[in-house]
Amino acid sequence: MNTLIAISGLGVFCLIAEIFNLRKLLVPVAALGLLAILGLTISEFETPASFYNNMIVVNKFSVAFSSLFIILTIFLVALSGDFYKDHPTKISDFISIKIFLLAGSVAMVSFGNLSMFFLGIEVLSISLYILAASRRLDIKSNEAGMKYFLMGSFASGIILFGICLVYGATGYFDMAEIHDLSQGLGMPVWFPIGVALIVIGMLFKIAAAPFHFWAPDVYEGSPSMTTATMSTLAKVVAMATLYKLLNDLMPTLSPKVEILIVIISILSMTVGNIMALRQKNVKRMLAFSGISHAGFMVMALLSLSTAATTLLYYTAAYALAGIASFAVIIFITKDKDNEDISNFNGLGKTNPLLAAILTASLLSMAGIPIFSGFFAKFMLFANTIKAGHLIVVIAAVINSIISVGYYFKLILAMYTKEATSEKPAVPFVYTAVAVLAILLNIVIGIWPSLVTNLLS
Amino acid sequence: MNNILNQIGIENYIFLSVLLFCIGVFGVLYRRNAIIVFMSIEIMLNAVNLLFVAFSTYHQDAEGQVFVFFSMAVAAAEVAVGLAILVSVFRNIGSIDIANLKNLKG
Repeated sequence: MNTLIAISGLGVFCLIAEIFNLRKLLVPVAALGLLAILGLTISEFETPASFYNNMIVVNKFSVAFSSLFIILTIFLVALSGDFYKDHPTKISDFISIKIFLLAGSVAMVSFGNLSMFFLGIEVLSISLYILAASRRLDIKSNEAGMKYFLMGSFASGIILFGICLVYGATGYFDMAEIHDLSQGLGMPVWFPIGVALIVIGMLFKIAAAPFHFWAPDVYEGSPSMTTATMSTLAKVVAMATLYKLLNDLMPTLSPKVEILIVIISILSMTVGNIMALRQKNVKRMLAFSGISHAGFMVMALLSLSTAATTLLYYTAAYALAGIASFAVIIFITKDKDNEDISNFNGLGKTNPLLAAILTASLLSMAGIPIFSGFFAKFMLFANTIKAGHLIVVIAAVINSIISVGYYFKLILAMYTKEATSEKPAVPFVYTAVAVLAILLNIVIGIWPSLVTNLLS
Repeated sequence: MNNILNQIGIENYIFLSVLLFCIGVFGVLYRRNAIIVFMSIEIMLNAVNLLFVAFSTYHQDAEGQVFVFFSMAVAAAEVAVGLAILVSVFRNIGSIDIANLKNLKG
């Protein structure tokens, strides 16, 4: 609870800082504030509690995921300072929108009442609509913002209808009451329909196939900073929320639901990977890679009892690798009008450190050992086999092999092709964020128990 | 109030809301004018609000009506952002036809 209040306070402070002309100090102050909030959040880890008539429920799950979100936001805020250098008057708006987005995501993993869930998802989505369309003179950014807005509010409408039917069937918005009632028999037929609508809306937000069609366009058109936010923070938040919702609304998955999850998982992985193979634009390629990762994450829901740990580990590994790769991509494509792979030609010679970081993060996403991506996939596959779903694991292994193909296309461009242009000096913050993110990724890859012991 | 609900039946409220919701969905999917798409989204959300109030009376519980306030406020915030995006789209391409938005392909 204190986390949520502190984050909202920091967001308001960042808006006010504009008036007092604190623009130069804003990024470090916001980052330090977020670090302090991270400490505050972690201090709540051992003391589960609920606040305001069960509106907010703080437990180990919510604290662990909130901490992950705060870490990701610190990285994103740190990168913003240089990225928005050309718009010095708007920096406080961008930073405060990012912090409000974080407030929405914390509400989404610690809700105890469906109204809190709805407010959280809307705060997150509305912030992202603004960020996606934030380059208002750029026609591509406009188009991305418009498409994201239409798809996002369509999905919100579906989620709202689902919430309404669940309320109609149970008479409660409170998750604990709904959880108890959903165990019993004699629920009206609206209840499963409502749950299905909520899940469909969430699948829109995670961009899992067959609800993925908006993702590539939106990721490509948005400013790179927003793409980084969407593909790391927003995806992780939506996935954690989907798990929390399913855990309460459908504690035992019926075989029919399991088959649906298997189909969605295999479809997302395959569609994402096959389409990613033929992309030339790096952001578009990472969008499809994100769709395939969404398939992997949905797979974790098949073993619902161990899913929390697996998901925390997988999302941490994926998001940290995503931040590291986007820090490099943002720097390389900053002054370009496109994000084609050819921009990365010869990076291995002109800037070995950034090339090494990008390679490492792509290898982590592909699932090569010592990076945490490997252990994430390993744990996920082991748990899914234990739950008795061999087919989906076989499909996932084949997909992992396909994914190496397009990740290596980028890596080969960096190391084997000749550089076309001289690169300017790298601002310190890009290197620092990329190195820190990839180091965190490797650390949890070498000592997986750091993360896996948190929720067990 | 409860008496009227008993006479009409909660099912009819659900049918009406589903019908309105579907009108909204098809509006979003088939219309090309951005303003009409926005209006269709509003119809979707308001169909749900109607059902919330009906269920609230059905359960004799005020929570559902309070939720309607939340969802109205959120819908207003959402459409404000949407209209702002629409204005910047109109300034750049001089049209509000969403069929013109197809620069991103691959």
